[in-house]
Formats: sequence, structure tokens, C-alpha cells
Amino acid sequence: MGIIKARKLVHEYIRRDEEGNVESIQTALDKVDLDVKAGEFIAILGHNGSGKSTLAKHINAILEPSEGSLWVDGYDVSDDANVWEVRQRAGMVFQNPDNQIIASVVEEDVGFGPENVGVPTDEIWRRVEESLKAVGMLKYRHHSPNKLSGGQKQRVAIAGVMAMQPKCIVLDEPTAMLDPNGRKEVLKAVHELNRKKGVTIILITHYMEEVVEADRVYVMDNGRVVMQGLPRELFSQVDELKKYRLDVPQVTLLAHELRNSGLKGIPAGILTREELTEAISRLCQSY
Amino acid sequence: MTAMLRDITLGQYYPADSPIHKLDPRVKLLGTLIYIISLFIFKGIPAFVLTVIFLIAVIRISKVPFSYMVKGLKAIVILMIITGLFNLFLTPGTEWVHFWIFTITYEGAKSAAMMLIRLIFLIVGTSLMTLTTTPNQLTDGLEKSLHPLNKIHVPVHEIAMMMSIALRFIPILIEETDKIMKAQMARGADFESGSILKKAKAMIPLLVPLFISAFRRANDLAMAMEARCYHGGEGRTRMKPLRYQKRDHIAYVILFLYLALIIALRFVWVNYAVALL
Amino acid sequence: MSIILDKVNYVYSAGTAYEIQALKNINLQMKDGEFIGIIGHTGSGKSTLIQHLNGLIRATSGGIYYNGEDIYAEDYNMKGLRSKVGLVFQYPEHQLFETTIFDDVCFGPLNQGLSKNEAGIRAFEALNSVGLPEDLYYQSPFDLSGGQKRRVAIAGVLAMKPEMIILDEPTAGLDPKGRDEILNQIAKMHKERGITVILVSHSMEDVAKYVDRIIVMNQGEVMFDGIPKDVFRHYRELEAVGLAAPQVTYLMHELKDRGFPVAADATTVEEAKKEILEMIGRVSGR
Repeated sequence: MGIIKARKLVHEYIRRDEEGNVESIQTALDKVDLDVKAGEFIAILGHNGSGKSTLAKHINAILEPSEGSLWVDGYDVSDDANVWEVRQRAGMVFQNPDNQIIASVVEEDVGFGPENVGVPTDEIWRRVEESLKAVGMLKYRHHSPNKLSGGQKQRVAIAGVMAMQPKCIVLDEPTAMLDPNGRKEVLKAVHELNRKKGVTIILITHYMEEVVEADRVYVMDNGRVVMQGLPRELFSQVDELKKYRLDVPQVTLLAHELRNSGLKGIPAGILTREELTEAISRLCQSY
Repeated sequence: MTAMLRDITLGQYYPADSPIHKLDPRVKLLGTLIYIISLFIFKGIPAFVLTVIFLIAVIRISKVPFSYMVKGLKAIVILMIITGLFNLFLTPGTEWVHFWIFTITYEGAKSAAMMLIRLIFLIVGTSLMTLTTTPNQLTDGLEKSLHPLNKIHVPVHEIAMMMSIALRFIPILIEETDKIMKAQMARGADFESGSILKKAKAMIPLLVPLFISAFRRANDLAMAMEARCYHGGEGRTRMKPLRYQKRDHIAYVILFLYLALIIALRFVWVNYAVALL
Repeated sequence: MSIILDKVNYVYSAGTAYEIQALKNINLQMKDGEFIGIIGHTGSGKSTLIQHLNGLIRATSGGIYYNGEDIYAEDYNMKGLRSKVGLVFQYPEHQLFETTIFDDVCFGPLNQGLSKNEAGIRAFEALNSVGLPEDLYYQSPFDLSGGQKRRVAIAGVLAMKPEMIILDEPTAGLDPKGRDEILNQIAKMHKERGITVILVSHSMEDVAKYVDRIIVMNQGEVMFDGIPKDVFRHYRELEAVGLAAPQVTYLMHELKDRGFPVAADATTVEEAKKEILEMIGRVSGR
């Protein structure tokens, strides 16, 4: 079984009035199926309100399914007894860099997780150093988080999760509040963790450029998975993506427009500048 | 401006490599308490001299510049003046100076002087503790020393955690206040002019968003803490556990000797004074 | 309406160990009806710059003239300036505080001294021009989505009928469609109201698509100031300071470098498409 498995996962937000009667029900997740293999780099795309954050919060047992099931490394998240096991195996990084850093010193914050699960002091120090090194923030270990840039803060947050030695990290729009440099930093760190340490990554985002190097991409809309496949496969369906309030990188859009204007030599699903340059070159040479 | 504010932590920690800095925070907490007690129970010149020597010695060992001590005093200058004046003019006793409707007695002069000295030493002593101990060391120290209160269901760990999180977020909230103020000023809000009532009303566009933001942060933070398996104080280990070293034991001995001496001198003085009569 | 910045300097915490010069010798002129984009990485001074334009920050030295008047003159009406130069900060929805959207948008006009009726009319107009449906006007701001709240915040500034409006990263945190919607709304507002609009952004693609003039800030100085095509021509220098040109600009340069007869100054998908199709047309002899 894959490391994350969801079957017909349903989550309903129920709004009650003062007397406890049901006022409205909002179905945030509508029978979602998911299969993630260990070591994969998965991207989940979707507009705000598509249910992607709700899905993310099920993976580390912050939310409980209303119906259906989700297993993390074999543990059923619906079972209360499994909560801490699940959270250790599936760590989560949130959108707001400041609101997930607890301590006033970087190394102390990274140690927060191990402290919580009763790791012995010496081992905590080992893990803290290793994690900070893995995200390239070791030299900031004595710094106050307030003096760091957004990208640096997020890397500290990632280190804090890594210190718990999870099998999988879910990142819920980690770059939404960062500037382009910060985004680059965070993505680089995350890809390295995936490549060098084999950590399964689930990246939740609505920035298309970030999913180009994913192993697989899921698109969510209205609580359902509406598209899934390789980045290339999805990127070739520009119109459908736009239907789901998403976008494609400029280069992909340009390629799409050129194809629509009759240039059949341009393949579908162009992901990078280099690919488009190549395609145009070949096309010209064919004349 | 806000960039600078972010660096200010409560109590102004002054980093240095001194024996005082290296002391366990529990020793310093108790030490400050003992010193404050000694300030209020000492009697007689010898005891006074002892308190002075003690303070100066600790200041010197701590390697914190004297100017930093004085900074703390600036804040209470008004309090000092009021206390001094009250004691000076309102203490009954043998008249010393008299002008117009004011009378200063010998007792008044003495008690004013004593009060001022106590205040000054109290502030300097407490400043010394915060100058040589980081806020987080203090909360750790409080948590460990108040641990026994758990038996009467006082949530010591939770309180300490709340305190250290508050300390971490103070600079962030200061910055946020600045941002919100500027945003409302850009819409014509006026926080400066007008009556007290008007100014109070003007605070609403500042306080409401600030509160909402604080709640949002609290919510996010709680989620992030739970995601990292936080579940209260049970079963938690420490990355930087507080363990007594030899220097801490020595410090405790010195502190208790100091207190004992102060108490002893008080009795000696009282007996001496009685013998004189 | 015109704003002139003359040798403006701004220093944080002057004289202390924390002294930072945030703005160095800024000389700029902005006229009526312009649509300007300001780009620069974090710390380049762009936030500080825009806060000078409505007097929230006072320059350490140098002068700022609004419609010819020196805003640092003794009796200058600074509060009035803030009515004329509207500033929408990043994540503006965080400043909403009233119980209904309508009341919140009235806050600005009421501060300007307008009567309740007049303020109400302004609020209606403003909410309309940001495309918010009427049935939401009496809802609590907290019942709305992020994108909607943001539009309410922008309406709050528009209701003051400023001559110039500055928006700091108006698309931050929004999904792609949300970004498009807000930028389109801003462009529409610029066209319909004829006011000067300044857009501060990190996204080169967004800026290139909408503005007529780009000011590039770097380390407190104006690095470039001109039309998008001219500015992005300097893409290598932009890269050197941590910025970039739109993706398509790079593409066109790469094609040109490979020897293809294309003009390399396209900054939007439309322009690039046109250039490439024309080039292919010529090459294939059609």
C-alpha cells in the first residue's frame, strides 16, 4: 500500500445555530481518492475553496473524515488512538511563516517537535543540527526568527518538521506569502529533501510553475479530484485548467496559443522555455 | 523603525560571558527575591553597607556596563520623586526644617532617604536579573521551580509556554499594530487629535483588526503546535534542560549566607539600640 | 494631478547603530492618468517609497510636491493629502473592522468630513466599481471570501475619491483567477476614472501586462524608469539584482540568440505570439 491512501474521503463543515440545529452543510471533500507512493513528489492544485487545504489537514489528522477513510503509513486517521503516530509520520508546513514558529531562537524551535515526543536531549541536538543542515539554515541556528526573511522562516519551519523524522511532509501553500526569491528557496529545499532523503512530499499550491517538477499532479475543484496525471499531461489542457480557475506558466500559455493559431509543429504540454525554444527551432528548420 | 523594535526584547538582555550570565535562572530568580527581601528587612548601617557591597559585587562580576543599570531607573524617576516627597513632608516627628506650610522632620528625611535607596536598589537588582537572563531562560526557570504547584493543579507548564510564546510574538504584534495604524491613517483616521473620548473611539479601527489578527495567529499557532505533536507538559523532554552546576550550588550558599547575615545584623542592631536606651 | 519627488532621502534610526538608508536620492515625477508599476525585491525601498507619497513617512531630506505644493510646508494639510493619494496596503482585508461592509467602506469618506448620506453614496459607487454584488453590502466582512474582502478594502480607499491610488501587491495570496479578476478590475478602474494608478508587485508578468511605465527599485535607488519594453531590455541587469523579466521576454531573447529574426522586446504572451507567428510566416515563405 502506498504511504498515503484515501478512499471516498468526505468532509463536511456543519454550521449550527445557537440551539445546535444544523444551519448549513458545506461539503469540502466529496469522495476523494488518493494514492501516494513512498518517495513521490505530489502536487495538489486548486483554487481557493477547492478543498485542497481540507484534504491536507486530514493527512496529518488535524481534521477527521466525516465519511470514508484515509490511511497514513497504514494507520487509519479516523482512529483517535493513532493521532500521534500519524502526526509523526506526516508532518505539516503551513502558509504563514510566523504563525508556526514557537520559539525565539531558531534551534529551539526546530527542537520543539522532538521535545514533544520525548526524544532524549542528546538525540534532539543531533536531529536539530541534521535538519537545519538539510534545509541550509544551520548557520542561523542562534538567530531570532524575527530577523529572517519569509523564505528563511519557512525553511526553519520545514526543519522543525524534519526533526520529527517524518516519512512524508505536507506543505499547505508554503509559498503563498513569499516573494519570488523566497519561493525559489523553499522549493529548492523541498526538492532536495525529496531527492536526497527520500521524504514523500505533498505540495499544495496554486502556482503552476511550482508543479513542473512533480511526479504527479492532482487538480481539485469543489471538493473533488477533477484532473490527475503527469505535469505535462495536465499542462496541455490549458482550457480545462482555466475552467478550474487555474492558470499555466506564460511559456505554456504561449505554446498553447501558437498551437491554436495553426502551428501544428508545437507539441502540447510544453513545460519550460527550453522546450518551446527547441520546438520553434525545429519547426523553422523544417521549412 | 519597526525593524529596530523587532530587536527589543522585554527587559533588555545584555549578552556577555560572565559567571552571572552562566548561572541557572532559578538561582537568579531566587537570588533577586532574597535581595529584595533583604532590602526591606535590613536595619542599621552595617547591614546597609552589606547590601551595597553585595549589589556592587554582583554588578562587577556580571560585566554589564553601569549605564544599563541606570537606564531602568529612568523609568521610575517620577515614582521616586513622589515617594520621596510623600515621605519627606508627611512623616510626623521632630521638626527639622520649616517653611510656609511645609514641615520636614528628621524622621521624614530619614524615611525618604531609606525609601529612595530601597527603590533604587530594587530596580537595579531586578534589572540585573533581566540583563543577565534571556526571557526564555526566565520562563524555563519559573517553570522548573514552580513545578511542585502542579500538585495543586496549577498548570505550570502551560503558563510558562504561554509566557514564552507571548514574548516571541511581542515584536510581531508591535509591527502589526504599526501596519494597521498606517492603513487606517491612509483612510483618514486620526489617532492624535481630539478629546480623550474621541481618541478612545479612534482606537476601535486599530483594536478590532488587531484582536482579530491575534486570534487568527493563536488559531494557526495551535494547529502548528498540534501538528508537531504538542500535547501539554506530559512526557516532554527538554532540549536545553536546566541542570545545576557547581557554580549554582556556590551561588546558593552565598545567597543564604547573605540573607542570614542581614537577619543577624537586624537582631544585633535591635539589641544594640535597646541597650542604648 | 502631479507628484514630484526631489532628491528624497530616507534614513531609518538615524544616528544609532541600526541606521539604514532606505531611500537614496529619489527623483521622480508622476502625472495624471499614468498607470505605473513599481518592482523591486524585498528591501529595495518600494514600500518606503509609496508611504512617502501620502505623507505617512516623512523624508529625512529632499522635497515632495503635490500639485506644485510643498507637502512639508508648515501649514500643509497632510490629512487632505491622504484623501487625494489613496494607499492600499498588502493584505488590506486585515484592516476591516466594521460590522458591515457598507459601514467599513464609509469609514474613509466619514473621516473626510462628509455627511452620512454623502458617505453612503460614495460607498455604493465604490463597491460597485470593484464589482461586489449588492446583496453582500450589509454582510459582516468576516462572512466573505478572501478575494471579496480584499475588494471591500480597495473600495474603502476608492470611496475617498483619490486622484491617485497606490496598491501594494494587490494579488498577494490570491489564486490565479482571483489575481486576474483583481488586476482586470484595477485596469478597468484606471480607464473609467482616469486616476493615476501605481501597482507595486513582484510579478513581472502581471506588471508587464497592465502598466505603461515601470519604475525599478534597487537598494533604495531608482534603477530603471521607463516603458516596459525598455525596462525589460535590461533583463541581465535585472537578474543581477535578483529580479527578472517576464518569461516570454527570455524566450524571445533566446530565439534571437539562436539566430532567428525576431524582435526580442515582447513582454506579454500576445506580443510574443504575434512576433513568433510573423517570424514563422516569413521563414516559411508564406
